[in-house]
Amino acid sequence: MTTESPSHAAPTVAPGASYPEDVAVRLRADAAVVVARYPDERSALLPLLHLIQSVDSFVSPRGVAFCADVLGLSRAEVSAVATFYSQYKRKPNGRYTVGVCTNTLCAVMGGDDVYDAVSAHLGLGNDETTPDGVVTLERLECNAACDYAPVVMVNWEFFDNVTPDSAVDLVDRLRDGQAVTASRGPVVQDFRAVSRVLAGFEDGLVDDGPGAGDATLVGLRISREHDWRAPAYPSDATQDEADTADAVGHGDGRTGLHEVGEEQSSSDHAAATPSESTVGQRPDQPVDDDAKADDTKGQAT
Amino acid sequence: MTNSHSTLTPVLTDIWDAPRSWTLATYRDHRGYEALAKARDTAQADLVELVKGSGLRGRGGAGFPTGLKWSFLPAPDGGPRYLVVNADESEPGTCKDVPLMMANPHVLVEGVAITSYAIGCDHAFIYLRGEVVHVYRRLLAAVREAKEAGLLGDLEITVHAGAGAYICGEETALLDSLEGRRGQPRLKPPFPAVAGLYARPTVVNNVETIASIPAMVLGGSEWFAGLGTPKSAGHGIFSLSGHVTRPGQYEAPLGITLRQLLELAGGVRAGHRLKFWTPGGSSTPLLTQEHLDVPLDYEGVAGAGSMLGTRALQIFDETVSVVRAVSRWIDFYKHESCGKCTPCREGTFWLQQIMHRLEEGRGTADDLQSLSDIAGNILGRSFCALGDAAATPIQSGLTYFRDEFEAGCHTPARELFPPHRSVLHATDSEEVPA
Repeated sequence: MTTESPSHAAPTVAPGASYPEDVAVRLRADAAVVVARYPDERSALLPLLHLIQSVDSFVSPRGVAFCADVLGLSRAEVSAVATFYSQYKRKPNGRYTVGVCTNTLCAVMGGDDVYDAVSAHLGLGNDETTPDGVVTLERLECNAACDYAPVVMVNWEFFDNVTPDSAVDLVDRLRDGQAVTASRGPVVQDFRAVSRVLAGFEDGLVDDGPGAGDATLVGLRISREHDWRAPAYPSDATQDEADTADAVGHGDGRTGLHEVGEEQSSSDHAAATPSESTVGQRPDQPVDDDAKADDTKGQAT
Repeated sequence: MTNSHSTLTPVLTDIWDAPRSWTLATYRDHRGYEALAKARDTAQADLVELVKGSGLRGRGGAGFPTGLKWSFLPAPDGGPRYLVVNADESEPGTCKDVPLMMANPHVLVEGVAITSYAIGCDHAFIYLRGEVVHVYRRLLAAVREAKEAGLLGDLEITVHAGAGAYICGEETALLDSLEGRRGQPRLKPPFPAVAGLYARPTVVNNVETIASIPAMVLGGSEWFAGLGTPKSAGHGIFSLSGHVTRPGQYEAPLGITLRQLLELAGGVRAGHRLKFWTPGGSSTPLLTQEHLDVPLDYEGVAGAGSMLGTRALQIFDETVSVVRAVSRWIDFYKHESCGKCTPCREGTFWLQQIMHRLEEGRGTADDLQSLSDIAGNILGRSFCALGDAAATPIQSGLTYFRDEFEAGCHTPARELFPPHRSVLHATDSEEVPA
């Protein structure tokens, strides 16, 4: 590993020569934006591979050459990276990647049935594409939405709590050319468009979809119901006593952290006292940490 | 510990139900970026002391004290120092950072800005797994909004999308990936604090860890430590999934128990009972019914022979075959093994062969001993924790449910535990002979 940019001779032709000229011009401009985000240009390789997929729908030979030329790497070095990551495709991808989570929890909750149903309905195995080029089916590993199991991702947008029937309906709508809206996200864009977002280019859809789904909010709703809150910040209490008229007035009537005035009742104060006594026992821990820090640093340096 | 009756203590989750919770305007209405202003009026060393004194431990699974990690950075030498946020949430069962960043990306951005100031970093990175494009949109927009509003000063924040590789959640593999390479772990030492991104001093922290910083700056270390237990301070998000009535995110002081959480979640799904669960994702040893009252803090769960991990509580009821569950997790580890070190690369391959045999009811007399031997030869001998993680469900599965593995020598798991009994959707499979 080096912190210096690799020195390399300027390519004899501009990167992207195997693309049509208008595409090459756009790719070079986009690549310059991507490279500028990093102190070391090689860090741009992953987003550049997403960018290639936004044009070719897979990591094409000409895309590998483009990345290599832009970053001063060999094509073998670029391929070695591209083949390590599961989102980079080795053959042209369908317009929509339909990924069914079949990791343990989703599988048990119905993901195996969902995968089998879609697979049978489309006549596809893992990483295969319908003849019309619309749907590529994949088995997914855990996609961090286990509270919505079973989960399907379409072009990396969430479809929560799916069933075999709803998943089959979903792929039918995709093949019919209908717009489908993610459970927590926008109308699903095609694979190339989403790949461009993954290269770090915003697409104006950020405000679509909710901030959170029901499962995300389940604990918070229970807290609201019972009026459960985290303790108020001590500095607010002090400030509030000193200047009640001008306490940080951002309360919206919902949360304990914000409703500074309400936290001043005697019952709340009494409730806070035991925690203060707990805190009183704590200073030994940071002292230990300090000692450990010094020890470890002594060993490390 | 907290307000007398507050079983749950929303801090990070507290604005998730606000309209357009992901925008700068909403975040500022909820005191967003106040902590950053306060932090900038505080000496850098005092911020590190604040975090140390709070007792905050890394929320990405390992539980290393956060302030201590920051303090490991060598003294400034005039060259760059980096903060890299690990947003590669991929551990099976773990689903807390993704909803956090979708609902409130600004709290992470503010935490990044405060941490960067505290450690003297001018360019921070958020490494997000690539498979959550809407979360990426929210993060890109949040950084742009904060920058345009002048909140970040000279700090650059690059939000980087990965491309699908569980191993990149391992911090040194993440750094290699961020440098544009195959995501394979590095030999430690040197630790990232000394030679991290581009071989420069680097702090790598989990999303929830960094997102906990703004509230701590406003509340103080004693406020933070007033939640949780003496050695496991603070609030954390507990993610319940699987066979529970109300799966989802529950933010509570560390030390809450599964019994308490299940009560809030409406219990195990109607008509069924708890069989086994993971306290912190599939890489943490399985626990059972007998561990319902274990305090879910670092020491409590370790005392029960497992790890708190990421508080990813995957709940499985009595319809689920342990052999099938473990077999699928081994598929995962085998698929995600980066191939760099032999014990993990070869070991996960052989574990998979054996688990598939057992799941099919075709296990041999030697298979259980082989499983145990292979797992034991991976654990502690692989390059990074992924290998250990693969051994974990095998060993804990054998500890608590050995009879099911033995049954795998003659009876397929699907006969002992017909899968249709576990699914959520309606099936008519009751008529199908098992």
